[in-house]
Amino acid sequence: MDLIANLSLGLQTALTLGNLFYCLIGVFLGTLIGVLPGLGPTATIAMLLPLTFTLPPISSLIMLAGIYYGSQYGGSTTSILVNLPGEAASVVTTLDGYQMARQGRAGVALATSALGSFFAGTVATFLIAGFGPPLAAIALTFGPAEYFSLMVLGLVASMVLAHGSLLHAAGMALLGLLLGLIGTDVTSGAQRFTFDIPYLADGIGFVTVAMGVFGLGEIIRNLESEATRSVIVAQITNLMPTREDFKRIVPPILRGTAIGSALGILPGSGSILGAFAAYSIEKKVSKNAAQFGRGAIEGVAAPESANNAGAQTSFIPMLTLGIPSNPVMALMIGAMIIQGIQPGPSVITEQPALFWGIVVSMWIGNLILVILNLPLIGLWVRLIMVPYQLLYPAILVFTGIGVFSLNNSEFDIYVMALFGFLGYVLLKLGCEPAPMLLAFILGPLMEEYLRRAMLLSRGDPWVFIRRPISATLLAMAALALCAVLLPSFSRTREEAFKE
Amino acid sequence: MIRSTKDFWAGLIYLFFGSTAVIVARDYDMGTALKMGPAYFPTVLGWLLMAVGGLALIRAFMSSDAPLGALAWKKLFLIVGSTILFGLILRRAGLIVAVPLLVLTSGMASRHFRWIPTVGLAGGLTAFCIFVFLKGLGVPIPVIGPWFGG
Repeated sequence: MDLIANLSLGLQTALTLGNLFYCLIGVFLGTLIGVLPGLGPTATIAMLLPLTFTLPPISSLIMLAGIYYGSQYGGSTTSILVNLPGEAASVVTTLDGYQMARQGRAGVALATSALGSFFAGTVATFLIAGFGPPLAAIALTFGPAEYFSLMVLGLVASMVLAHGSLLHAAGMALLGLLLGLIGTDVTSGAQRFTFDIPYLADGIGFVTVAMGVFGLGEIIRNLESEATRSVIVAQITNLMPTREDFKRIVPPILRGTAIGSALGILPGSGSILGAFAAYSIEKKVSKNAAQFGRGAIEGVAAPESANNAGAQTSFIPMLTLGIPSNPVMALMIGAMIIQGIQPGPSVITEQPALFWGIVVSMWIGNLILVILNLPLIGLWVRLIMVPYQLLYPAILVFTGIGVFSLNNSEFDIYVMALFGFLGYVLLKLGCEPAPMLLAFILGPLMEEYLRRAMLLSRGDPWVFIRRPISATLLAMAALALCAVLLPSFSRTREEAFKE
Repeated sequence: MIRSTKDFWAGLIYLFFGSTAVIVARDYDMGTALKMGPAYFPTVLGWLLMAVGGLALIRAFMSSDAPLGALAWKKLFLIVGSTILFGLILRRAGLIVAVPLLVLTSGMASRHFRWIPTVGLAGGLTAFCIFVFLKGLGVPIPVIGPWFGG
């Protein structure tokens, strides 16, 4: 069978000593930054990207991927022990996880989250392996019109899934598209929006923008409401869930995995939404609904499975279509391009070792996380105690040197500072930056595909409707927009984000 | 009467960026729908962004929203300012000055700022950066810059 041959190729790639080592480094770093509140995977991957230039492509991507899904594991530790989400995707875990910890069941909560995540990660890995190649085969038939429509759908989905008002999400997406156009126009060679500044000829780097918005902007916002942290350092003795616990967590883990996997593929903040959705659905269907919010083990199992499944399935559009579904995936695409790999549907056929190596490494990474996490819990607890006032100056130093080393130019530091300012102000105004960052990456691509599609159709804009796949993608985008504008749905959307 | 300050300011920001895009793009070639020039896409996006800005402004007067919280100007200034300062002096004064200065100036933005732990952090980070980034990874930043005869 093809799949088995492919997986064994992946196994051979992922199990080389070097790749195993980078996988371990990745998931360790991921857990570390997941545990630390106020430092997310986007900022970390942006910081570490310049360091991966010297690694072989497969090793660097395996490590970066490990940071992302590893952070989902680490985030739950902080949620359970400190009642602070270590990661945005573990916000809902605080509700029941912290309550469990207060009842002396912190160990069980941590074990539940680790087991749920491992199961979800395993399923999601097989989903990528199963769906990746057929999706890429479809994508190989795509022309410029289909790609343009697909990107429209991606942007609309990220707007619909963004926190807050749709109008602001649209504004942020348009702003991102425009900012992405700064620099030399590839078709005409014209310098656009460069204001005669030579540094802008190549445009603004995505890493610089991401570090500004997610690094600096977040730091300022965190400093606004510096809370004092109280860690439950109660003895974490009993890790093993009881038989009764096991019986209770199996269905939520299955449901959470299914919901998380489905929502993870969607552009925007898939793993975050998956965790929210899994929690609220679990609350509706569970027999122990009354216990939710007061330490229900289902309230930990469902969202933790969902966020890990979502983090993993969000690799599907990136690996098969070459289109990022969230800022972390955009950084991964950046890492590929730097390594000389053109992201897109041909990666699977042209670089099978890369694709299958990454897929298999995810499963290995998940296994390492389960083995690594529970014994190291003492270390993580000590890390959580690192006060934020000592953490953020270090983040600033690393982002500063990291961004400088991209082009060995101070100009990037100034651009990062500017986007830190802009990011903070926009956050205060209720505008979520995720659609802007996604649009920033897609801007030049969309323009290119639009131009090519129009050239091929001799200037006939109906080409987007006449081609069936393109029309379907646009119809899905329109449907999503209409759905949000319906009053009943927008109310549910608000509720989903409020919880 | 402005009922939502958030929508009002966000709307102004959209209008500013949208109109800038349209005005600046007037200097570029528009082309046709068949053969789009460099001005085509940004002009369309600029008008759309202005439309979103207009809608946000209208909404600002129509429906009220949670009030805009006070901006933490001092923290904003300290974080952004210390980062710009870091860029300005990085290669001129050298890493051994720039890193401690960044740590100390940005550290003051915290409510829990205290001198002794922050100075300790600055020293540790400087040593770490010299060892890892300059010696290990060869990032071209001088340890001591030309300002100090390096």
